[in-house]
Amino acid sequence: MAEREAPGGEREPCRASGAAPGRGVSHVAPVPGAGPGAAPSVPVVVQGPELSREEKLQLRKEKKQQKKKKRNEKGTAAEPPEPGTAADPAQPRVTPHPASPPASANAPNDGEKPPGGKSKAELRAERRAKQEAERAQKQAKKAELGQGAAPAKPRLTPTEAPSVVKRLPEHVQVDDPAAQRKLAKKLERQQVPLRQDYGTKVNLFSHLHQYSRKKPLTQQMSIPSTVIHPAVVRLGLQYSQGIINGSNARCIALLEVFKQLIRDYSTPPNEELSRDLVAKLKPHISFLNQCRPLSVSMGNAIKFLKKEISCLPDTLREEEAKEKLQGTIDNYLREKIVLAAEAISKSAFEKINDNDVILVYGCSSLVNRTLCDAHTQTDRTFRVIVVDSRPRLEGRETLRRLVRHGIHCTYVMINAISYVLPEVSKVLLGAHALLANGSVMSRVGTSQIALVSKAYNVPVLVCCETYKFCERVQTDSFVSNELDDPDDLIVQRKGQAQLGGWAENKSLRLLNLVYDVTPPDLVDLVITDLGMIPCTSVPVVLRVKNVDQQ
Amino acid sequence: MEFQAVVMAAGGGSRMTDLTSSIPKPLLPVGNRPLLWYPLNLLERAGFEEVIVITRKEIQKMLSLDTKMKLDFVYISDNVDMGTADSLRHIHQKIKTDVLVLSCDLITDVDLYKVVDLFRTHDATLSMLMKKAPEPTEVAPGQKGKKKPVEQRDFIGVDDTGKRLLFMANEADLDEELVIKRSILQKHPRMHIRTGLMDAHLYCLKKYVVDFLVENRTITSLRSELIPHLVRKQFSSPTSLQQGLDNKEEGRKKKEQASLDIYSFIKEDNSLLKPAPDNSCWNDHRGDMNETLHEGKVRCYVHIMKEGLCCRVNTLALYIEANRQVPKLLLNLGLEEPLVHGTAQITDRGMVGSDSIIGSSTQIGEKTSIKHSIIGSACTIKDKVKITNCIIMNSVTIEEGCCLQGSVICNNAVIEKGADIKDCLIGSDQRLETKEQFLIKPLLE
Repeated sequence: MAEREAPGGEREPCRASGAAPGRGVSHVAPVPGAGPGAAPSVPVVVQGPELSREEKLQLRKEKKQQKKKKRNEKGTAAEPPEPGTAADPAQPRVTPHPASPPASANAPNDGEKPPGGKSKAELRAERRAKQEAERAQKQAKKAELGQGAAPAKPRLTPTEAPSVVKRLPEHVQVDDPAAQRKLAKKLERQQVPLRQDYGTKVNLFSHLHQYSRKKPLTQQMSIPSTVIHPAVVRLGLQYSQGIINGSNARCIALLEVFKQLIRDYSTPPNEELSRDLVAKLKPHISFLNQCRPLSVSMGNAIKFLKKEISCLPDTLREEEAKEKLQGTIDNYLREKIVLAAEAISKSAFEKINDNDVILVYGCSSLVNRTLCDAHTQTDRTFRVIVVDSRPRLEGRETLRRLVRHGIHCTYVMINAISYVLPEVSKVLLGAHALLANGSVMSRVGTSQIALVSKAYNVPVLVCCETYKFCERVQTDSFVSNELDDPDDLIVQRKGQAQLGGWAENKSLRLLNLVYDVTPPDLVDLVITDLGMIPCTSVPVVLRVKNVDQQ
Repeated sequence: MEFQAVVMAAGGGSRMTDLTSSIPKPLLPVGNRPLLWYPLNLLERAGFEEVIVITRKEIQKMLSLDTKMKLDFVYISDNVDMGTADSLRHIHQKIKTDVLVLSCDLITDVDLYKVVDLFRTHDATLSMLMKKAPEPTEVAPGQKGKKKPVEQRDFIGVDDTGKRLLFMANEADLDEELVIKRSILQKHPRMHIRTGLMDAHLYCLKKYVVDFLVENRTITSLRSELIPHLVRKQFSSPTSLQQGLDNKEEGRKKKEQASLDIYSFIKEDNSLLKPAPDNSCWNDHRGDMNETLHEGKVRCYVHIMKEGLCCRVNTLALYIEANRQVPKLLLNLGLEEPLVHGTAQITDRGMVGSDSIIGSSTQIGEKTSIKHSIIGSACTIKDKVKITNCIIMNSVTIEEGCCLQGSVICNNAVIEKGADIKDCLIGSDQRLETKEQFLIKPLLE
């Protein structure tokens, strides 16, 4: 489902402003100059190498709609709408993309040639008239058929309506039986067992999965696992038991296992490596997803890998192709994770001054690395306050690593932050992902720290590599999150397990959230491998990244 | 492939010679199935498709198992006395991946994934199964009330989670004190030592352990030598042998010893979190400055079963106990065969208890009551016989009016009318005269 998000996420801001994404539109930023009136029924089509896959799909849909409409309107003897004839008059309505050349008019639908010699204004007037005519017809037709469902935006023509359909990823639709049935069918086809949910969930989060650590997925699999590669089974177990956690660690482990998978893979006869390998990876990815929902970093890495595999030229032999893939994975690891960590650490510890008091939360590999590097490579003296929270208590590991390096540390629980914040000079946080509207998705409790820090006017710095940037937009922590095993909240003290019998109490629900979303106005600076950027520049980075990749 | 399964069926059953003198141990009937069927059934249920069975030649000829798995029999000749480790060394060329070793006398309904998951998750060297051993309830038949000497106890030390195996020693190897190395306590300050555990002889071993066995010919038995060696090796560092290498005078001998150290067989990439050790925030212990798992390369884990059936048919008492537990196990397995075989001709169905197993073609006369017993196939039991808590093997004839309690009657025995047998073990082909009363007397051929 990670793959599904990309086209949907890209479309969102454009949808909100009601403009059709023509070729000239930047995918993420809202389209300026496209008011409610500017809803062209025809796409602006460009011939050229920059036509991306999404654009092509969009075009195809719109062409189909056009054809259907034409067939319906033949009886009403209206002029068929002209396709994007004069691209030029349409251009001012849409943000001109700096890289795209001026559009050459193309009329693929009905093959009509643009009438030559008309001036721009006349063409524009003609098209407007046609649009009005066909809108009137459409409304008349709807009134005839007696459809009560009026379109939400009456100005939107049918060519745009179907593409508004957004598909939600499965993992936020747990309370929708149709989606779950689809998932069960898909898993059955891939021969991956379905993991059952555990325990009663809090109503607000009933759309998310909640699994128990005591019921691993391997219970339903045969012991020498044949369908799923043993390395992937081991990785899945390590994810679900919490032995590998932390977004960087999970991604690195995933890529290493994929390297091994590729090593052990052999193309069956009559198949192409580029297509077959992607198909072979899918059950493994589903299995890992069932063990523990994929993190954003893992999702991005998988997207990258799939793209690399499908772009392999056919001329390569299998051995060369496999070596090339391993090389690209190594490159990705080195550039996006290892070197990025170095770069971030370097720019971050420049922000650490003498006699600083730095507050960190939980265990973030980047933040730990930054602090250790700052301690060893500069001679500034600073001390660290480690804030921790139940049930994971990851701060203990941070404490161990920092103290081992010789950094002076204080350890408090999260309920004490308002007591320690007056003496803190800056807050350094790690992130699980950075969302497209600038929100920071991180371990639960981070937004609380950012909020209280804002109240005390303490600057909040977030360290995050660019490969964790995600095109999703989230403004709250409820829509998409992860529910951990509720039994982790049971505490053993003096031989008694507090909350041990929670399942028997019908009115008691336990909630163990893993992530939360910090709004961008609480974060002062994001330190990435591209430099130090404000939170609101995240969409720009995403756009630049997309252009690079295309 | 992930695992290869190996079943050790070459053992002689040295602790129950009364029974095994006539029937080899893997073929001893338990619940009317040969003993070897149980571990094979466990493997089949778990999903294995191929099993290597190490056994003697004559056993394979007598074996008739209906199993869908592919059994690869490896023969060991009679006159060679091979320990379990020797057998593993014998087949080392067949072993290409990690290996799951089972003993043929294990009857259990454990969820195998629990043992194997420990092996997989922690990338362990060894993962084994143990059960809390119940106290023996009754005196075994044939042992005239004399107390058997207490079997040498095992001392097992596990850590706080109950999964990591820290210490293993048998009472026989200790003089008067239990010696625990300081390095163990430094790394794991809390250790639980248990004595009431029974080893199920089910081991998951990494491939490099088999390679190590091949080089190291001094180890003959898995349970008594290899496993304690591995458990000890968890806490001894390989560097201590490096110093021996530098010392040129002692040179060669120590070099040989160093090359036999298991660390030299572990491939480079064995550490648990090798790709991401600095990144993952998991640690198996708290309170000290060390890295996860103290960066130990050898790790041993144990799964301790609390409930469920797990018994090894080692001695006569355990054999009888196993027979008592097996009907419940067979019911839970949901096999197609009912406990009472279809071809058995029983006149009074009501007199047969619900957990008794009757074999095929057995004839049972009128007014014969059978409770908690297992009767083999092709037996003839005449009228008015009372059988309670007995194990009767194949082709046994029991004449009218007999009363049998708590006894084991081997193949082809004939018991004449009116015999009253209590707590006896009657060997094969024996014939008891009429109206004799036998009490707690062992009878051999």
